[in-house]
Amino acid sequence: MGKTAAQKIFDAHRIDTPAPGVSVLKLDRVFCHEITTPIAINDLIARGKDRVFDCSCIKAVIDHVTPAKDSKTAEQGKTLRDWAHRQNIKDFFDIGRNGVCHAIFPEKGFVRPGFTVIMGDSHTCTHGAFGAFAAGVGTTDLEVGILKGVVSMREPETIRINVNGDLREGVYAKDLILTIIKTLTVNGATDKVIEFAGSTISAMDMDSRMTLSNMAIEAGATCGICLPDEKTVDYLWEFISGEFESKEAALAEYSKWLPDADAEYVKVLEINAAELEPVVTFNYKPDQVKTVREMTGTKVDQVYIGSCTNGRINDLRAAAEVLKGKKISPNVRAIVSPATPKIFSQALAEGLIQIFMDAGFCVTNPTCGACLGMSNGVLANGEVCASTTNRNFNGRMGKGGMVHLMSPATAAATAIAGEIANSPLFKG
Amino acid sequence: MKNLQGKVLFLDRSDINTDEIIPAKYLTESTKIALKPYCLEDLILEGFDPKKDIDGKSVIVTRANFGCGSSREHAPWVLECNGINLVVAENFARIFRQNMFNCGMAAISLSSAEIDEIFKTFSGSETDCCADIEAKTLTFSNGKDTKVYPFEASAFDLELVRAGGWVDYADQKY
Repeated sequence: MGKTAAQKIFDAHRIDTPAPGVSVLKLDRVFCHEITTPIAINDLIARGKDRVFDCSCIKAVIDHVTPAKDSKTAEQGKTLRDWAHRQNIKDFFDIGRNGVCHAIFPEKGFVRPGFTVIMGDSHTCTHGAFGAFAAGVGTTDLEVGILKGVVSMREPETIRINVNGDLREGVYAKDLILTIIKTLTVNGATDKVIEFAGSTISAMDMDSRMTLSNMAIEAGATCGICLPDEKTVDYLWEFISGEFESKEAALAEYSKWLPDADAEYVKVLEINAAELEPVVTFNYKPDQVKTVREMTGTKVDQVYIGSCTNGRINDLRAAAEVLKGKKISPNVRAIVSPATPKIFSQALAEGLIQIFMDAGFCVTNPTCGACLGMSNGVLANGEVCASTTNRNFNGRMGKGGMVHLMSPATAAATAIAGEIANSPLFKG
Repeated sequence: MKNLQGKVLFLDRSDINTDEIIPAKYLTESTKIALKPYCLEDLILEGFDPKKDIDGKSVIVTRANFGCGSSREHAPWVLECNGINLVVAENFARIFRQNMFNCGMAAISLSSAEIDEIFKTFSGSETDCCADIEAKTLTFSNGKDTKVYPFEASAFDLELVRAGGWVDYADQKY
């Protein structure tokens, strides 16, 4: 019997089987941010085990609340910063060089096909876009990861999602993943890995694949894996060119992580991409999804473009294309947070920041803040936000607020209209 | 080993997420105990009042997909701070379930029909629940009815409960 991508990665990293169906895996990367790591650090200190398994495998960033908004968040940043220095963690990203973790770590080339990655952040599944097994974990798993470089995982069953056909203009990876979550439901992929494949995924750039993998957790999935191909190698080439003679050689090496033709899946979904249209969530669960057409006219108070889901350069380009020469509605306030300094610089160089500012957007530094209602765009009770983020839970962006998830192009069109609207890029 | 018995808090809803269990604005706290007053603060559930209904409870019984969403271990911690070390549900989000066992707490799954029966028989009355992880049974009683449900759990998960969590287990073994 053949193996899935996740099974191959597990087989290559398994160091123990403490019980049937449970594997302890060796980790290639442990990522850290300032919200979930400090308690792990403090616990290690309390246990007299303030050390790390391998400082070159650990990467850390201050991203959730940055710059610090108060003494408590300043203290969290300080705990992470002091620890990174003390443990000789060279890849630590502080103010001025920091960005949203799941945007900046890929951008720095830290993730490779076949890697095992954990982080104390549920959207760690984003890194599956590179053909890695990447899973969000809690602080205790993170603590053991830091100390021992291992994590325990149940053997993953895999759901294969084949997406074929061309996405219509104005339809994006965000629309695809929201449609998939609607189909699977918020619990449909729990304890499972999703394998994304098909011509639509092959045609997608890495930014779009990260959007797709990012929201696998919203269907309950442990990880969402896109299979490594030429685009993966092209993206990583500046980091791996010293390791391989040619891109073909890199691809040949990474191809060992591809699933076997006779791999066994618990479920196979077939999606025709050409049939999709822009969608948006309603209510408080990410599987509550309707077409933008059905939701057109829903008034919003705030528009937010950013996050680990949709704060990358292609997202800003799509939004700016809609916003160019236009003004946002006087009844709306709009915020854009480029996800990393590099993306911010690119957006400046391409004139996108000017387009956002001319339209009436507030441009913030890279941070996660607004997405989880911690800073930089928290909603008031009863307010409605059109957002390119990943969760519409009750209270997520502020107590009593309502969040409608959508693509950057739809968010831009919504900002102009002051109510949920299809982008003119989508011709229907 | 942590206490796995006591009065039951019934939360009759599926998909209760970790933002509802502990909102993100409290994640700036640097100690677990500071989370205590904010348990289930944003939960949408008719008739539920976090200020009155949590006190004195040691066990949660709920429906499907409990603990979905954010990976924050603050969710099990805020339950633990309030004396709740056992959650019984139809099923759990993966990260939450793992976090529970990693902390030496227990997240036990029963079938949808069994959960239904527990709600029908016991919710609305003062109910005690006791988990026996050696016999792998849950016993519910309210003075009038008593029911025993066998449960399945991986030997590894139960080992974590006995060891008091994953850090101690892993530190000895790896």
